[in-house]
Amino acid sequence: MDKPLLDVSGLTAAYGRAQVLFGVTLRLRPGEVVALMGRNGAGKSTTLKAIMGVLPPTGGTVWFEGRAVTGWEPFRVARLGLGYVPEERRIFTDLTVMENLEVGRKVPADGRAAWTPDRLFSIFPNLAEMRGRRAAAMSGGEQQMLTIARTLMGNPHAVLLDEPSEGLAPVIVEQMADAVLRMKREGIAVLLSEQNLSFAGAVSDRAYVIEKGAIHFEGTMAALEADEAVREAYLTV
Amino acid sequence: MDPSFLVLQSLSGLASAASLFVIASGLTIVFGVTRIVNFAHGSFYMLGAYIAVTLVPRLLDLSYSPATFFLGVLLSALLVGLIGVAVEVLLLRRLYRVPELFQLLATFGVVLIVEDLVLKVWGPVDLAGPRAPSLRHGVEILGQRFPAYELVLIAVGPLVLGLLWLLMHRTRFGVLIRAATQDREMVGALGVNQARLFTLTLFLGASLAGLGGALQIPRIPANAHMDLSVITDAFVVTVIGGMGSVPGAFVAALIIGQLQAFGILIFPKVTLVLVFALMAVVLVVKPWGLFGRPEAASGRVMPPEGIPALRRFRPAETALAGLAVLALLAVPLVGDAYKVKVATEILIFALAAFSLQFLVGVGGLVSFGHAAYFGLGAYAAGLLVTGPFKAPMELALVAAPLAAAAGAALFGFFIVRLSGIYLAMLTLAFGQIVYAICFQWVEVTGGDNGVVGVWPSSWAAGRTTYFYLVAALCLTAIVLLRRVIYAPFGYSLRAARDSATRAEAIGLDVRTHRWLAFTLAGAAAGLAGGLYAFMKGSIDPTLTGIPLSIDFLVMVLVGGIQTVMGPLVGAAFFHALKDAVMPLTEFWRLLLGLAIIATVLAFPRGLAGAAEALRSRRAAAPKPVEASA
Repeated sequence: MDKPLLDVSGLTAAYGRAQVLFGVTLRLRPGEVVALMGRNGAGKSTTLKAIMGVLPPTGGTVWFEGRAVTGWEPFRVARLGLGYVPEERRIFTDLTVMENLEVGRKVPADGRAAWTPDRLFSIFPNLAEMRGRRAAAMSGGEQQMLTIARTLMGNPHAVLLDEPSEGLAPVIVEQMADAVLRMKREGIAVLLSEQNLSFAGAVSDRAYVIEKGAIHFEGTMAALEADEAVREAYLTV
Repeated sequence: MDPSFLVLQSLSGLASAASLFVIASGLTIVFGVTRIVNFAHGSFYMLGAYIAVTLVPRLLDLSYSPATFFLGVLLSALLVGLIGVAVEVLLLRRLYRVPELFQLLATFGVVLIVEDLVLKVWGPVDLAGPRAPSLRHGVEILGQRFPAYELVLIAVGPLVLGLLWLLMHRTRFGVLIRAATQDREMVGALGVNQARLFTLTLFLGASLAGLGGALQIPRIPANAHMDLSVITDAFVVTVIGGMGSVPGAFVAALIIGQLQAFGILIFPKVTLVLVFALMAVVLVVKPWGLFGRPEAASGRVMPPEGIPALRRFRPAETALAGLAVLALLAVPLVGDAYKVKVATEILIFALAAFSLQFLVGVGGLVSFGHAAYFGLGAYAAGLLVTGPFKAPMELALVAAPLAAAAGAALFGFFIVRLSGIYLAMLTLAFGQIVYAICFQWVEVTGGDNGVVGVWPSSWAAGRTTYFYLVAALCLTAIVLLRRVIYAPFGYSLRAARDSATRAEAIGLDVRTHRWLAFTLAGAAAGLAGGLYAFMKGSIDPTLTGIPLSIDFLVMVLVGGIQTVMGPLVGAAFFHALKDAVMPLTEFWRLLLGLAIIATVLAFPRGLAGAAEALRSRRAAAPKPVEASA
């Protein structure tokens, strides 16, 4: 078995005095797609924020690329090769598509073939047609594509993808699934948080189920789809 | 009116607009990225002028040409940029996560430090700069002469705007600045080192301020008052344009430049007022300025600091407070006339600081112009007893809080419509309006000299009697205000401070509550001002100025913004210290600036707050540490 690219253990985090994560442990190996499943408020987004350092964790450890990055500033984690696509997309709406990509541009640490705008446009043909357009004038689905493209400009080895299918039209959700699978083919590991079992099932190799800030299930995607008790207890609304 | 005269007037408006834009663009860029309203920007401007006055003549000695002149100006700007880098690395970097009130105060600390250093290095005398070679003549325009240098300045505005546009759209640094202006956290998550971006932004912003200052040397001599006079104008321009927007600053500077050029023809006495009135109108119509966007988009969530929970005095504290009052009241029995004077001042400032704490700590309304209401009270009282009315002191002391309350009600009507940094800027602007009226309306207010002969009625003329009169009025007012804090009205204000939307959702009329609070605090400050006028025997514009407003804020801060009675401790401590230290040193402002910065960084909760923290730590210590779940 491969050594994990991202190794999180006992991660705790809090917003002010309200503790949200109570010891999250999970692993992401090179090139695999893992879903972090759970209901609203279970701690999915918080887990990703704490891994990235956007929300400094209060305890536990995060290893990435063989280095303990717990409590690092987000920019240092990002430079090590971890990409982050936040839930609310957070596109720079005053900037054009090309400028958004420019903000995400980082020279890869290991000199691997760099992503270029042209290569990204071959994956996201919609974006190619609006490279000079201000992001404020884009649809939600187009903005979602842009956040992923922007993150890929940083040549990450792994990407944290927060609720990629949320609030998108079905046809865009399909494009998102294609994008995740494309990243996988490019050798990029993906940890995505999801509530939508069919989306997660279509793209993921393995899954974790989180509830009240702790992991309650770990296994292959097929095992989760087969386990009605777990789905009933932690996923159905 | 002669059309050629109008054209020239408008040209001179364009020239000052260009200068204003160069300065304000730096302020607005720095604010956009760091979200800090940087008072020290005015100091950068002043340093630019002083450095240029020193540097440019030396360069001109080597080679007398316009190119050398402008090379010197640019070099001065870059040197100021480096000073900006130092300020960012040493101070601002530590402030990005503290409440904005503290940020503003800390950068004002830099203003004080730079003022003293400038006096030390360059001396108190104004320094006239060299005129630009080949640009010393006048140019004939429509039969009138217009200075050639002013024409160059007019060109500098659009030139800087164009260069900034290129920087912002054609370089990676500029794109990052624009991205960070919108969402700096996300820029960090994409791998951009924010610390370095902020440092470079400060370099750019300070350089622009320095450029603005250096360009002024042929027009106005470098002097130690340049910083505060320019910073309020720059604030107004950035606020009208929309904070963070460079094109907004350009448009706003053009409007202000013309307003000043033509305002002086129509209302020669109230040019300063016009500018601030324009700002008030713009903010009421467009609360985020012409080109600005809601602060919520900044991604910054920082609840205003204030009193977290009210609690009654413990018996020991009641005894302590009683003792303190008794000790103060006993001063005339044991102390000399000088000590009585200091004790009187402490009582007056305690009321003023307490009324400010009522706004800031309870209402969450950070006022940077509280001296305006203190000054309104002082001027109302002073003008009533000296003017044509020759009113007695008793009537004047009734009029003082009423006049201040009327002013606070008028200004507050606009102020409570805003929130956060825009609110603070508007309080500053209104404070400057009052200052401008007192300063410019010479026939009535005596202008810079003020009015003398403001003496109490004969029965209260003795120092000791007047002290007891002040004590009775101030202590009563403080007790009443404290009563309001503990009344349902005070609870509603605190609810609105912590979440205005939730307070409205449970049926509180947030705006009216805040408006009444603003008026009440103004009345209390006005009473303090009236009492101060009779104590000093005179009034002058400094009673309405920014430095006094800052003094009040420092008293609140030193006492502890999270405690109800802290401002009284702060007023006593600060005034006693100022009184003791000021005569001993020529570096009072430097020390005060350092003290403000140290307080913000080390004791953000003030003296009383630190005592409270110590007490709760002691109370918590014996308990076993709970295992976390």
